[in-house]
Amino acid sequence: MTARCMRSLSGALKPLFSNRLSRVCAAATCNQRQRSTYTTIPPPAQYGGRHTVTLIPGDGIGPELANHVRELFRFCCVPVDFEVVNVDSSMTSEDDINDAIMAIRRNGVALKGNIETNHNLPPSYKSRNNLLRTSLDLYANVMHCQSLPGVRTRHRNVDIMIIRENTEGEYSSLEHENVPGVVECLKIITKTKSLRIAEYAFRTARAKGRRRVTAVHKANIMKLGDGLFLECCKEVASGYPEIAFDSMIVDNTTMQLVSRPQQFDVMVMPNLYGNVVSNVCAGLVGGPGLVPGANYGEDYAVFETGTRNTGKSIANHNTANPTAMLLASCLLLDHLKLHAYAAMIRRGVLSTVSETRLHTADLGGQGSTSEVVQSIMNAVQSTGPRTLST
Amino acid sequence: MAAHSAVFSISKMINPFWGGRLGNTVKVFGTTLTSHRNKTMLTGENIPPPAKYGGRHTVTLIPGDGIGPELLNHVREVFRFSCVPVDFEVVHVNSALETEDDINNAITAIRRNGVALKGNIETKHTMAPSVKSRNNLLRTSLDLYANVMHCQSLPGVQTRHKNIDIMIIRENTEGEYSSLEHESVSGVVESLKIITRNNSLRIADYAFQLAREKGRRRVTAVHKANIMKLGDGLFLQCCREVASGYPDITFDSMIVDNTTMQLVSKPQQFDVMVMPNLYGNVVSNVCAGLVGGPGLVPGANYGHAYAVFETATRNTGKSIADRNIANPTAMLLASCMMLDHLK
Repeated sequence: MTARCMRSLSGALKPLFSNRLSRVCAAATCNQRQRSTYTTIPPPAQYGGRHTVTLIPGDGIGPELANHVRELFRFCCVPVDFEVVNVDSSMTSEDDINDAIMAIRRNGVALKGNIETNHNLPPSYKSRNNLLRTSLDLYANVMHCQSLPGVRTRHRNVDIMIIRENTEGEYSSLEHENVPGVVECLKIITKTKSLRIAEYAFRTARAKGRRRVTAVHKANIMKLGDGLFLECCKEVASGYPEIAFDSMIVDNTTMQLVSRPQQFDVMVMPNLYGNVVSNVCAGLVGGPGLVPGANYGEDYAVFETGTRNTGKSIANHNTANPTAMLLASCLLLDHLKLHAYAAMIRRGVLSTVSETRLHTADLGGQGSTSEVVQSIMNAVQSTGPRTLST
Repeated sequence: MAAHSAVFSISKMINPFWGGRLGNTVKVFGTTLTSHRNKTMLTGENIPPPAKYGGRHTVTLIPGDGIGPELLNHVREVFRFSCVPVDFEVVHVNSALETEDDINNAITAIRRNGVALKGNIETKHTMAPSVKSRNNLLRTSLDLYANVMHCQSLPGVQTRHKNIDIMIIRENTEGEYSSLEHESVSGVVESLKIITRNNSLRIADYAFQLAREKGRRRVTAVHKANIMKLGDGLFLQCCREVASGYPDITFDSMIVDNTTMQLVSKPQQFDVMVMPNLYGNVVSNVCAGLVGGPGLVPGANYGHAYAVFETATRNTGKSIADRNIANPTAMLLASCMMLDHLK
């Protein structure tokens, strides 16, 4: 609320924002904002040099990991304030998630834990995570799977960037039962979204200096649907002659991934295949506790663990691996252009992960979460210039 | 069915050997009766008798594309060498043609013989979307509802994971492979994924029966019911219903993304897995990759009345066709499964 007042002040105080279309008098126009089509890029929620980021703890291991992130940020004096929005997954009303969405619209950036989707609730209860992604139009899910030094896996030198369409495909939540006992689920593929995700994939590949983009599909069976996706990818590929483009059917892709994952560079695919392939790749580099994920839209960015696990069975046991969440927070800092802090924390995290005796249970060790975080803080203190002296 | 009953009575007189088979409808003089048989509604109660004449079985052989023809030649060679009493009726299916005559001939042959061995028939992406996948047509027309793949670590094959023994039972006729797509608004394509109660109950029943037969302890259903609540929710419900009738077998379920991640880290935890069509495709390919690749695993498609055997991962292998480098193990193991089926 003070944020909104300050925004109008910031308009006057910060000439930095004069180049961008800005939202002024946010408080009065709040309702309008929810209904307006977002053609304006919201300015960063940066007041007095400090950013405000929405934090959604979620369920399971989310809250404890989010606490560790805050602890670490405080320790490193990162100029980020968290606006915490709790989403209760057991409530059937959508108020909680709408509040969270509003907070993200206001701040532009969020860090979230996974919100559980209870199977026992009726089908009209939509997945909260899905609602968030579609309302904010976070169309690209980017996951960078890299073999980390110090983590022993069966495959080495894996470096795959997975770009997954995040809003349509099989996750449309459109199902109906016209005849009892026969359920039809709709999988939607649109030209605009396919072009958009392909564009994003190629742009990212170019920005990161990647050589090859592989589209994953099942167009031999879903000729119109995945055929359209493939066509859009080919169209976009023609505009990037320096990047090699090829396509592979999803079953062959998964088989190649378990035998020779080093052949893949950047992969782009629709929603469901993205889910499966990203989980396979996460498994290849060491498991769900290591890989961060980012969801990008035109205007918003939400960061979370790559494989979106709630981890209910290990919640509050102090055994969860905080690496994924911490690396996600580094991605967040990079997005906020706080590169120095991001590099500092990332260095600390990677040096801790390479110490086998600190590995948590998912990596085959016996370390606890708090030990790992403490070790990261020590690493940061010994290398970084700006830390709290404790 | 009048002709059937006529030859039925004749066969009783001619072949005392077949006296024991009075319970089944008799297929004698197959060629003349094919037209009748095609129109017969296969409710699953009329199981055609084996095409066994004079102690020799007749099996339909569909060479397919890519490495199919050469591998099937090797199968025939091995069978001749081993004096296996199986005759192959070869039916070619040309994947480049748009008409469905070829595949209909193949289907007719399989209806006649009851058993087939096939190579994969290519589905060209460049052809019109109305040209349906030939393999899919075959599976749905013959109602081969269960695809069974047994992935085992083979001794002598060095893989990253050891002691894998997973049986994958995949629904073979519905799900995402319904080939029902439409473009109501230009640029927006809707693909229908169909899940029905009957088919889900059927495949779950098959899975549990097979698990019981093979003495397996655990069945895992793979699904994505947190997103596709009605569809995969129905599938899961059917599996649970069937599981309650098999108290000696533990049943659990796992979401497909977690399943694939567990498969690449700890595949030894899985025993028998049952799932809808698309997840079955992905999971079976992951498992095939874990045990050594597409050249090692055989697959079988079972229906009430028919059985078709092929390589599990259904690759055409166009790039290695006719180079004498393809691995014949998968196809040969598939032919062994066929021989098991023929008792």
